[in-house]
Amino acid sequence: MSDNRHNPSREEVELSGLPDEKGHFGQYGGRFVAETLMHALDELQDTYARLKLDPGFQREFDQDLAHYVGRPSPLYFAKRLTEEVGGAQIYLKREDLNHTGAHKVNNTVGQALLAKYMGKQRVIAETGAGQHGVATATVAARFGMQCQVYMGAEDIARQTLNVYRMKLLGAEVISVESGSRTLKDAMNEAMRDWATNVEDTYYIIGTVAGPHPYPMLVRDFQAVIGREARQQCLKQTGKLPDALVACVGGGSNAIGLFHPFIEDASVRMIGVEAGGDGIETGNHAAPLCVGQPGVLHGNRTYLMEDEAGQISETHSISAGLDYPGVGPEHSWLKDIKRAEYVAINDDEALAAFHLLTKIEGIIPALESSHAIAQVCKTAKQMSKDEVVIVNLSGRGDKDIHTVAGLDGIKV
Amino acid sequence: MSRIQTTFEQLKTAGRKALIPFITTGDPSLQATVSIMHALAEAGSDVIELGIPFSDPSADGPVIQAASERALKNKVSLRNVLEVVASFRETNQTVPVVLMGYLNPFEVYGYQAFVKDASIAGIDGVLIVDMPPEESDPFAGLLKDNDIDLIYLIAPTTTEQRARMICEQASGYIYYVSLKGVTGAGHIDVAEVASKVNSLKAITELPVGVGFGIKDAESATQVGAVSDGVVMGSALVNLIYETSCKSGKSEDTREAILEFMGTIRKALDS
Repeated sequence: MSDNRHNPSREEVELSGLPDEKGHFGQYGGRFVAETLMHALDELQDTYARLKLDPGFQREFDQDLAHYVGRPSPLYFAKRLTEEVGGAQIYLKREDLNHTGAHKVNNTVGQALLAKYMGKQRVIAETGAGQHGVATATVAARFGMQCQVYMGAEDIARQTLNVYRMKLLGAEVISVESGSRTLKDAMNEAMRDWATNVEDTYYIIGTVAGPHPYPMLVRDFQAVIGREARQQCLKQTGKLPDALVACVGGGSNAIGLFHPFIEDASVRMIGVEAGGDGIETGNHAAPLCVGQPGVLHGNRTYLMEDEAGQISETHSISAGLDYPGVGPEHSWLKDIKRAEYVAINDDEALAAFHLLTKIEGIIPALESSHAIAQVCKTAKQMSKDEVVIVNLSGRGDKDIHTVAGLDGIKV
Repeated sequence: MSRIQTTFEQLKTAGRKALIPFITTGDPSLQATVSIMHALAEAGSDVIELGIPFSDPSADGPVIQAASERALKNKVSLRNVLEVVASFRETNQTVPVVLMGYLNPFEVYGYQAFVKDASIAGIDGVLIVDMPPEESDPFAGLLKDNDIDLIYLIAPTTTEQRARMICEQASGYIYYVSLKGVTGAGHIDVAEVASKVNSLKAITELPVGVGFGIKDAESATQVGAVSDGVVMGSALVNLIYETSCKSGKSEDTREAILEFMGTIRKALDS
């Protein structure tokens, strides 16, 4: 338990004005790293503060989002899914249609531009499912940067397709054999690399976690999702949505959707964590639902940990949600009750994967399938004139092998 | 005067350099750690740094990562580390003990509870790798109130302005990280270390110890010549692992430590 800490109430701060200058969202966030990295983070913070206001940088970012990523992504009314559920109108924010097949690329395009402006020739990244690794390798190829991606040995074994995609794109995938050999260990190893090569290397973190300014800048790059969705919803339905639903691993697609709606008090925000085999089994990845605040990977946030403060191993059918921490802004949104966080189990996510595929002709990523499962529950309890937006954060092509395997089929 | 301060004052008077070993608590076992601490004291160590095993040691190289994993297999907790120190203190009241680790186990223990229990156990200082001064409130104040030194790292990348700020907050000694990277890495550039240590000495009265990448008597002598002390970590952790794996007899580990650390002590004093 962190003693003597104070969370400002919703009335005390402007909700969308955080983090403060030290990267704090209430008691969460901050910068908990070894001294070697402090200067690099100061430098990144200063550069970002300057470029955020630089029309040239913003123009280049917007052009890349339009012409390279393929934005805006559609806000699609899922008519048959809505009828099937029989409640609120369900709209899908189609991040699966982005170049590389997920929302991850919004962030890597932004950070690669930062790296370019900072004159860094080498980028590194951590990856779990491989989506962020692929998105990083993609932008590194485009900018002609050297790229190394750290990936847990366990994940390399389960995600061979993405490993090969990264190699095709010219990146080197480095297998991480330490700890639990998954995403959290890949992040540790990326931080070790960065500490060693800090002068010429830019570390592209893939989610809204890590030391300040990462949770803020990744959020800013991903907030294009929510800005578009807000405009599209007003245009297509004539009003704001009544609820938003998104899956939460580190939480970047969820913050991207939620953030532009934070001041809209009428909009419910629901984050969906990985319930794995079920919360009661302990085999899950749901720190916001059942974790405690602690410090990991440079920030204070909700964590899954044991009674001695060691970080727990997690389980989820989707590698992209298989992480024991979560972005600090989500921890804060939970505490001030601006957002709700729930968990969806593996089997529910899998059922939603099949449902969306069969009745809408859209194969969702297993991560996004958690949000689909939840939106069905949420919409059912809402009236037919209400509108709910679910973030379809990625497409499911990468998961075909996993799903086929569960069905006993070898492809 | 704190035990750490007393130790460095005595060293200064005698014109000697501090020998600061680092070991991972609970590797190979908690009981072995107590014996190893006594062996380290016997070999002429001036301060003992006890590593607290953590599941995600993101600033450590492969040797200390592996030691941490072995200790965690033994379920070693921060509470156990305090018990080890209490046990060491039953027969050794003079050698200062510093706990080095990552913040999360302290958070879970609770800062108030920790400073109380650490004082009783006989802890002299703590060094928390991932707690820079900016994030040290309220822990720093509680440590100070209980006369436990808060030791900070300064790195080659630390600007002069930051170094001044850190030195103002620090007590006990400054731990200068000799190279960019993780524990146990690469080869150190002694000339660069000398110049950095000199500039630190110009802004602080605190002794400056140097660690990361000091492997043997030769590198210890070189670094000792330009600083107030040397930290021996990975090389020692590796030695303990190898001897305890090979023979499993604590007497053999003791002999190996006395020989290895004895050589370093002699080199530092010559």
